[in-house]
Amino acid sequence: MVDCVKKMGFEETELRLGLPNANYGKRGFSETVDLKLNLSSAEIGLDSAIDLKENNFNKEKNLLPSSSPTDSVKPPAKAQVVGWPPVRSFRKNVMAVQKRTDSDEAEKGTGGAAFVKVSMDGAPYLRKVDLKMYKTYKELSDALGKMFSSFTIGKCDSQGMMDFMSESKLMDLLNSSDYVPTYEDKDGDWMLVGDVPWEMFVGSCKRLRIMKGTEAKGLAPKAMDKCKTRS
Amino acid sequence: MAYSLIPEEVLEHVFSFLSSDRDRNSVSSVCKSWYEIERWCRRRIFIGNCYSVSAEMVTRRFPEVREVEIKGKPHFADFNLVPEGWGGYVKPWIRVMSGAYPLLEEMKLKRMVVTDECLDLISRSFNNFKVLVLTSCEGFTTHGLASIAANCRNLRELDLRESEVEDLSGHWLSHFPDNCTSLVSLNISCLGSEVSFSALERLVTRCPNLRTLRLNRAVPLDKLPNLLQRAPQLVELGTGACSAEIRSDIFSNLTEAFLACKKLRALSGFWDVVPAYLPAMYPVCSGITSLNLSYAIVQSPDLGKLVSQCINLQRLWVLDYIEDTGLEALSLSCKDLQELRVFPSDPFGAEPNVSLTEKGLVSVSEGCPKLQSVLYFCHQMSNAALITIAKNRPNLIRFRLCIIEPHAPDYLTLGPLDTGFGAIVENCKELRRLSLSGLLTDRVFEYIGTHAKKLEMLSIAFAGDSDLGLHHVLSGCESLRKLEIRDCPFGDKALLANAAKLETMRSLWMSSCSVSFGACKLLGKKLPGLNVEVIDERGHPGSRPESCPVEKLYIYRTVGGQRVDTPDFVWTMEKEEEVLLTE
Repeated sequence: MVDCVKKMGFEETELRLGLPNANYGKRGFSETVDLKLNLSSAEIGLDSAIDLKENNFNKEKNLLPSSSPTDSVKPPAKAQVVGWPPVRSFRKNVMAVQKRTDSDEAEKGTGGAAFVKVSMDGAPYLRKVDLKMYKTYKELSDALGKMFSSFTIGKCDSQGMMDFMSESKLMDLLNSSDYVPTYEDKDGDWMLVGDVPWEMFVGSCKRLRIMKGTEAKGLAPKAMDKCKTRS
Repeated sequence: MAYSLIPEEVLEHVFSFLSSDRDRNSVSSVCKSWYEIERWCRRRIFIGNCYSVSAEMVTRRFPEVREVEIKGKPHFADFNLVPEGWGGYVKPWIRVMSGAYPLLEEMKLKRMVVTDECLDLISRSFNNFKVLVLTSCEGFTTHGLASIAANCRNLRELDLRESEVEDLSGHWLSHFPDNCTSLVSLNISCLGSEVSFSALERLVTRCPNLRTLRLNRAVPLDKLPNLLQRAPQLVELGTGACSAEIRSDIFSNLTEAFLACKKLRALSGFWDVVPAYLPAMYPVCSGITSLNLSYAIVQSPDLGKLVSQCINLQRLWVLDYIEDTGLEALSLSCKDLQELRVFPSDPFGAEPNVSLTEKGLVSVSEGCPKLQSVLYFCHQMSNAALITIAKNRPNLIRFRLCIIEPHAPDYLTLGPLDTGFGAIVENCKELRRLSLSGLLTDRVFEYIGTHAKKLEMLSIAFAGDSDLGLHHVLSGCESLRKLEIRDCPFGDKALLANAAKLETMRSLWMSSCSVSFGACKLLGKKLPGLNVEVIDERGHPGSRPESCPVEKLYIYRTVGGQRVDTPDFVWTMEKEEEVLLTE
């Protein structure tokens, strides 16, 4: 990781350092990721440099639209900051699940926390997301995308099912240095994200792992078969 | 000397009355023979920072310890500011203690990483193990709990307060052997999955000394009476889920069961509570001194009705659904109230969802003369309110205010809240813990440094203008032990100017501030009594200029030397060779 930083040049990193009152925590990680992977994402890297103050990464899932760089110096009310307000994860988890079951009778709760760990190959640490905060794969994808900037996921159709455009696109995806989201289900199997209806996914997902495309080849056939039967 | 005429046994007997560590430490410093006698009879050890000393050093000096309490990660780990993998592993302690303290009876751990292997080792190493309390710990699963249940023959307390447990199955509870009758306290409220109810029922039935039972959400309301009937001697109860179809038989069973619990003093749980069932608890309310409704999504008026029945209430934890009106009612009915915590029901909502403002806290400060401990989340505050609170309650010991929006000004004057907090520290002379929030300049730190002479723990976020602020705190707060700071414009100057102060404190945490790597290196070199940890996920700080601020900084005093378990994003600054103390 250190080598990568050196290769990409200090200049890019230096743009992002040394600003008072900026949130260094998780944003720092995204820079590392950008630098590492990131061949075509120079723009993403620069964008996150600009979004320095506003693009606050966090483990909470109420991602509200981040404000523009011209906003006032103090953190805008809607932007979220890591660890603020200072409410313990345990409490957040419990409240999130209770409120969901409270407000939506039809929703079947899994009875436990909706937070699952998200790991990304090459990342120095894990994150957590609350799956119950989303209604579709696209929402999850957007959120994860913000967390791990060069993350890619295929297009979703209106039912929220994954619908890879074509075999060649999927192969591009898997062959490229891009990343592929996978998850461990209740049986302990690693599956490609997007195959099953969203609710079923939320109910069975125990943890998420964003794998390097090249390593996800073993999972491809399932998705590919599905593609073929659907088209 | 007259001392030499007093036999050792007598001295030891006298020392056995000393429970406070401070007293025991003083006694140890009197002379060599007192040091020796004391160290052999110290039974309880409290280690506020697991990296401040090594397990070997502790067991070498105190060979006959029976109770150990250890804390790991810094407090801000509760809010995800400490990256996963930072440390706080209890394993090395357990390994050493398993050999050195075969008679160990109690272990209390807070914010530590505990694995199933650790739990298994505990269960097998200490024949007389009685008490295990894991507060905000993580790293273990229900398999580890099964080892504890199965092997600890004399287990009295198993308390998993808010720990993160990987819930693999509820069967662990069935591992308590049939001849286990010693349980006094069981707290499984943090567990998600269902435990076998019949096993739980049998366990409760055969433990006649059970005083504390905190169930998890999976225990349904209609089953609660079964448990209460078998344990009418309960003093503390945490309910399971409080929701059920509204049926009169459930209600009457519940009421009857509660009626029989004449000793009940503390209630908690209330997950998914259906307000219609709350009146079943009214019979016990007048005896209740501690009420934790902080997970109860119940609003006024049901909330108010329950609380106002608890006329002997001393401690209330509640969500902001209580609103100003509920707090006013509280202030009129609960005159014995000592501790109030109001948590946010919707901490990330853009707009306040309930009518809870500074007024609620002001009413309680007016009406509750014994109020000494406050934790309050709200959306607006004013200097006037803080000044009123300070004047009403000079007996405050803990005051933690969280105004949800960072930099929120006095909503009346739109100015900083310096004078309000200033009034708190000036009037509340016994204040030991303070958490600040809202718009604050260096001035508030001047007040704190001038007046807060008994302050031991201070939490600062999004406050101050310059190093002067930090300087006021470090130079003025004589009793300061723990300082935690995030997102403040504090840099090198104040730290370096007050470096010696750091050796008188347990720890300092600074994240998203402006302390440079160069300053960290300097502190590390010059202060051999400290570990200066730079926590930075951007890679080695040496790959950036020395003037670059570090992401996070954790400085703590230690006699244990450098950590040996640092992950790759933590660097302990090197100490100067000639000043290194050898053990």
